[in-house]
Amino acid sequence: MLKRKIIALSAFALSISPAFAAELNIGLSADVTTFDPHFVAAQPNLNAQKHVFDTLVHVDERGRPIPGVATWKTPDPLTWEFTLRKGVKFHDGAELTTEDVLFSLERPLTIQGSPGGFATYVRPIVAKEIVDRYTIRLKTAAPYGGVAQDLSELQIVSKRAARSATGEDFDSGRAAIGTGPYKLVRFARGSRVELVRHDEYWRGRLPWDKVTLHILPSDPVRTAALLSGQIDAIEHVPTADLARLRKNPALRLEQAVSWRTIFLHVDQYRDHPPGVSGKNGKPLARNPFKDLRVRRALSKAINRTAISERVMEGLALPAANVVSPSVFGHDPAVKPEPYDPEGARKLLAEAGYPDGFRVTIATPNNRYINDEQVAQAVAQMFSRIGIETRVDAMPLSAYFGKARKREFGIALLGWGSLAADLALRSLSGTTNAEKGYGAWNWSGFSNPGLDSLIERSLGTVDAKEREAIARQASALAAREVAFLPLHYQIVTWAMKKDLSYLARTDEFTFAHHFKPRKP
Amino acid sequence: MISFVLRRLLQSLIVLFVMSLLVFAGVFAVGNPVDILISPQANQEEIARATAALGLDQPLWRQYLNFLHGALSGDLGRSFVSNVSALQLILERAPATLELAFAATVIAVGIGIPLGLWAGLRPDSAAGRLIMGGSIIGFSLPSFWVGVMLIMVFSVELGWLPPTGRGETVTVFHVPLSILTLDGLRHIAMPAINLALFELALLVRLTRAGTLEALGQDYVRFARAKGLSMQRVVRVHVLKNIMIPVVTVIGVEFGSLIAFAVVTETIFAWPGMGKLLIDSINALDRPVIVAYLLIIVLIFVVINLVVDLVYTALDPRVRLASRTA
Repeated sequence: MLKRKIIALSAFALSISPAFAAELNIGLSADVTTFDPHFVAAQPNLNAQKHVFDTLVHVDERGRPIPGVATWKTPDPLTWEFTLRKGVKFHDGAELTTEDVLFSLERPLTIQGSPGGFATYVRPIVAKEIVDRYTIRLKTAAPYGGVAQDLSELQIVSKRAARSATGEDFDSGRAAIGTGPYKLVRFARGSRVELVRHDEYWRGRLPWDKVTLHILPSDPVRTAALLSGQIDAIEHVPTADLARLRKNPALRLEQAVSWRTIFLHVDQYRDHPPGVSGKNGKPLARNPFKDLRVRRALSKAINRTAISERVMEGLALPAANVVSPSVFGHDPAVKPEPYDPEGARKLLAEAGYPDGFRVTIATPNNRYINDEQVAQAVAQMFSRIGIETRVDAMPLSAYFGKARKREFGIALLGWGSLAADLALRSLSGTTNAEKGYGAWNWSGFSNPGLDSLIERSLGTVDAKEREAIARQASALAAREVAFLPLHYQIVTWAMKKDLSYLARTDEFTFAHHFKPRKP
Repeated sequence: MISFVLRRLLQSLIVLFVMSLLVFAGVFAVGNPVDILISPQANQEEIARATAALGLDQPLWRQYLNFLHGALSGDLGRSFVSNVSALQLILERAPATLELAFAATVIAVGIGIPLGLWAGLRPDSAAGRLIMGGSIIGFSLPSFWVGVMLIMVFSVELGWLPPTGRGETVTVFHVPLSILTLDGLRHIAMPAINLALFELALLVRLTRAGTLEALGQDYVRFARAKGLSMQRVVRVHVLKNIMIPVVTVIGVEFGSLIAFAVVTETIFAWPGMGKLLIDSINALDRPVIVAYLLIIVLIFVVINLVVDLVYTALDPRVRLASRTA
């Protein structure tokens, strides 16, 4: 009797489960520090916030800007006119208007005590003019093609809800009113973000009623949570677990080439870069890296295929460009430098270093996938052509401070950008604080030809023309070996068999891009 | 008694002052959080502006004076990454850590003392030896490994317990607690056991040693000779006498459990203070680091005070005035 009851009950449970099944639990790899969308421009924060807030410009899975809640045109090189979609609703039912957009463009500059991430994206806009309820015109001081990419980072808040809101108001959800696909139910810092579907989302109805983003920074635990079934999908699958998860019949993986390029900055401006010396320990007569032949020799000495396949266990693609293949301004004609230790030795001898010298590679050890191991592998490859190499690894918090003080001769860095010209401006433009060039140019690389290409590219508003110039800049930086590209990371999501995910090059994990799938 | 407490508080104020100075200078020496926090696209001007917005462009001594000024009026600064006050950030996480430490202590005391007593009363029995052997394992296994193993066995293989996170909470006097719900207990079980292991092993050894020593004492033999039952001897004479070291260890360990729960919190994604500290160190979020350490020192001071007060209750011979802290 009892048994029959249980069977009946479970049959009932099965029959109603589809209605309740529309719940999605995702394991994220990094903590969300605040729900104020304009406080700090950290990727993990954006990842969670973009479920709630929308942007004028979206980015597609390849990293290209596409219309978001607005479409845009550029009537002249100084003007960007954005037209909002009609009927886009905030979570409180109000319609999105240009008043909200104007407010959101100004807010990042007004927050007290903010480490200032978003100011970068709105500062180039010097004038804003509301034409009507749905149209807003933005002016830049000089022609600037990066407006669309920049505004893909700027989230639109409700002016009414956010006008006098504090950080606490966003965290509690009171001010976290957006037009995004999900409403914020609860933000439990360090633990999880609970969301419910926004039924009036302008892109149509989404499959998940309820979404929970679990914060699971520990790698083995993120995997275990997926294996236990508590979580439906995880991001950033640890390299160590990849093979195991791939074999698991209950799970599937989705992968994309990430926008993050890993490369080495090589000091090219000082006469005696730190960590570089002769094999006897005495300083060299001049900085060997100023010689293009030495830089090319270093590049030829690196076996990028081995790094990608072995050190990265397949989670990388050998790199040649400053940005990864699908990103704006990638020049497909530039191929990774083939591994050629003989040629490298010959170039070194030509440059006057037949016996090599001594260098130190500095690297963070907690930032990029297997960062320290990659540096170790490169060190061995350098040693093979006669350059004695040591690795100096440290946590990111110490690393960036030292790098900013230029304490490294060779330094490993990873860079994710939506456009090659923007990346090159920061990484390889001649350092010039007034122009804002070379803020991360640790190598001191300086090439007037590259500077003018970057300037022309960024000053071109027409996307097609701009990309052609950006490609030339990419190619020139590669030809001059401004830095030593190593690889593009490959980013992996793992999920239950009955889910699919549109793997994104910008590494974001969005619940609204997960779809149910027939296993 | 009052003068004792006052002297204690004064001493702890000096400790707090010195520590804040050390932490301040230490974090300053490591680097500028703006380098880590700012958008990669930011130019030099934006980086300088952000540095100024956080007050980090000023000389260290002035930054410290600003901090002291705020601290004296109860404001420990705002987090660089979270846009809320550092104190609130910590207090928001405190209940999770405190209940985890409390649960771990209950487990350690509830299992450790009886096992230690058993092993002390029957040191040569198989059970006694087994208990001692087990305590060595409790000491020596790294808690990270044990945590992952617990998850693999009880969550992945058996599917009994949820692997991570904190369960449902109920609010009691504005404090969200998860140990009062079934879901909460299911979530806290593994992290609490993981955290308790070391202290449990410690208590087993301590109780056993104390028991062995007490059993050889004259008063125990006298009590036995008087014809008291073994049960009563253990309860009244042995236990009471071994409690002083045990209480000290429980007190000190409770502080350690709070301060060093970080490994367990990281493994089980437990949203406590320890995890906050690690995240803050990684982001060089100085206001939070300083505030956290100040609070931890305060907790240690209070625990030590409570331990001293418990001594007097356990042993009337101990007088507070004569003890130096």
